[in-house]
Amino acid sequence: MSEQTEKKKILEIKNLTKDFPSKKVTVHAVSDVSFEVNEGETIGIVGESGCGKTTLGRCIVRAIPTTSGEVIYYPADQEAVDFLKIDKKRMKELRKDIQMIFQNPYSSLDPRMTVLDIIKEPLAANFPKMSKKEMEEKVMDIAGKVGLNVSYLKRYPHAFSGGQRQRIGIARALVINPRVIVCDEAVSALDVSIQAQVINLLKDLQSDLNLTYIFISHDLSVVEHISDKVGVMYLGRMVEFSETEALFSKPKHPYTEALMSAVPVADPEVKMERIPLEGEVPNPANPPSGCYFHTRCRYCQEKCSQAMPEFQEIEPGHFVACHYAGELSLKGFDYSKGEEKDGE
Amino acid sequence: MSLFHKKTKTDEDYYLASQWKLMARKLAHHKLARFSLVLLAILYLLALLAPFVAPYGLESYDSTYKNSKPATVHFFDEDGSFVGPYIYAMTYVNNPETFKRDWSEDTSEKYYVKLFVEGEEYKLLGIFTTNIHLYGVVGEYGGTSAKLMIFGGDSLGRDLFSRMLYGSQISLTIPLVGTLLSFIMGIILGSISGYFGGWVDDIIQRIIEVLSALPTIPLWMALSAAIPASVPVARMYLYITVIISFISWTGLARVVRGKFISLKNEEFIMAAQVAGVSSAKIMIKHMVPGFMSYLIVNLTLGIPSMIIGETSMSYLGLGMRAPATSWGVLLQETQDITSLAQYPWRLIPLAAVILTVLAFNFLGDGVRDAADPYK
Repeated sequence: MSEQTEKKKILEIKNLTKDFPSKKVTVHAVSDVSFEVNEGETIGIVGESGCGKTTLGRCIVRAIPTTSGEVIYYPADQEAVDFLKIDKKRMKELRKDIQMIFQNPYSSLDPRMTVLDIIKEPLAANFPKMSKKEMEEKVMDIAGKVGLNVSYLKRYPHAFSGGQRQRIGIARALVINPRVIVCDEAVSALDVSIQAQVINLLKDLQSDLNLTYIFISHDLSVVEHISDKVGVMYLGRMVEFSETEALFSKPKHPYTEALMSAVPVADPEVKMERIPLEGEVPNPANPPSGCYFHTRCRYCQEKCSQAMPEFQEIEPGHFVACHYAGELSLKGFDYSKGEEKDGE
Repeated sequence: MSLFHKKTKTDEDYYLASQWKLMARKLAHHKLARFSLVLLAILYLLALLAPFVAPYGLESYDSTYKNSKPATVHFFDEDGSFVGPYIYAMTYVNNPETFKRDWSEDTSEKYYVKLFVEGEEYKLLGIFTTNIHLYGVVGEYGGTSAKLMIFGGDSLGRDLFSRMLYGSQISLTIPLVGTLLSFIMGIILGSISGYFGGWVDDIIQRIIEVLSALPTIPLWMALSAAIPASVPVARMYLYITVIISFISWTGLARVVRGKFISLKNEEFIMAAQVAGVSSAKIMIKHMVPGFMSYLIVNLTLGIPSMIIGETSMSYLGLGMRAPATSWGVLLQETQDITSLAQYPWRLIPLAAVILTVLAFNFLGDGVRDAADPYK
């Protein structure tokens, strides 16, 4: 999708951990997640619900405080900074560079503001000196870009459909020219035809504005379609991270294999071989010993329940957290089946 | 939608309608609330124009009309022909057996009820000095001994209706001041408590618990004893209301805090945070409008309790005291059994209290239904 030749790092997530402590137990929503993001790339983050995808996204944009870890951000013309630790003053400058598109197009727009005001709000917050007229021009411009009818901007969100609302959310994130956008289940709440529209819109905007996406979704086909690289999360940990095609066709982690087998193929002739995951996702407040996945893994050995596997680079650019990553030969998503061939 | 029918004007209206417009539209469909709103508007208008509407001033009295029963307005003369509304002067004979006054009409002279009659001088709205009253009586032969007391007279021979009008100036406004004050304090402290959470929340919540554990009536007694007697009564009552509102904000603060906590987790708040909007701005632009409708419901339901509070305090002799007049003062004068037994019309102010409180309650009910126009 984007040029692979220029590989300028823009974000580096290092050992990011987020705990939600309560009086009795502490929920480890995200533990020790690390990965790198290059400029212009789309990173997909997948996993079952409750695996910490959304929390990870919120930590990256600093919407919620992080327990430990770093998010190194490389601004265009300045030195790299830890986005999670910069002070208020720096934050004011850099806040606008990393934005977020929210999961729910209904609850993420204030029902009491007009669409114009909603899209204008980030401008007013980040460019207090900008004149009202200039702001409105910018809003018009971005609204046109995301395909909103400019004459509808005086309306309230309740007058819009889900897809239109998501466009409003996208316009709000884009209006201050961010460099990185975390899309938290940005299309999950929409129906399939509108999903396609919004995804194509995101792709177009990416090539126009050289955006970097961190695309969080539970929908593997969407992630496969849009991402350059994919990270798979399980119980707050990243278990595999690689280029999209490598990860989908040659997964190295048994959990990824199970996920891949669940991707439906749009061809009734194809007989799917599903690898059922047995049991429930363990409680993140009380995770299993050793490898978090061993309770549900078909290839589980004795070692798995004792030692936590390291998240290591097993092939160039392919990171896996499994003791037997090199030894297992796992089945990936078969690109020859169905219509996925024309994906790129 | 436009596929199936052309967008009508009303559709367009709906799309462009703000929350308040939608609320007002829904409220307009609530019959009881609409009726209550009109009634309250009338009551407040009457209070505003009290000196004009009232035929007699607070200080004017006529000892022949002590505890007189409500005047009978006649429309037809002795021959049965229509001559317009008129009254007769009232006279009484003391009944030696019951010690009651037996009222009768002195039919020697008709007193016609006229609009815009000259009477005592007063200042309308505190600005214009005039002596025109909405209505009054003019004697057929220039007599002045008749008084039109449509709700009867009080124990000093003052017009109960006039006193009720003057009383409403206090009974209807001071609760508003009190509610408004506790409203402001409740919003500010509740917002801080809910938005920041943690130890700030803990401290504010403990303060609320202590304050709401204080019993009100002994407090009122102490306060009214503590305020020097030289302070004019109405102002003294205002002081008490202010102090009371410093205590009664607690309930509202709890509501606001709860709304804040639930709003804090809304995605649009997080979206504003991520966009770099400051905390104060988030509170003012997103959160307060978000629960303003609930606050207004709380407000409309809170005013009646303040009105009742004023009335009961005055009734107990702790609030307003005569010669200052409020509905509570009027009721306090009817505390003894004789007034109940012999002059039941002197309880009419009670009807005014009930009517006002009911109107506020129904209005609050309607506002509550209209409060969430998106559901």
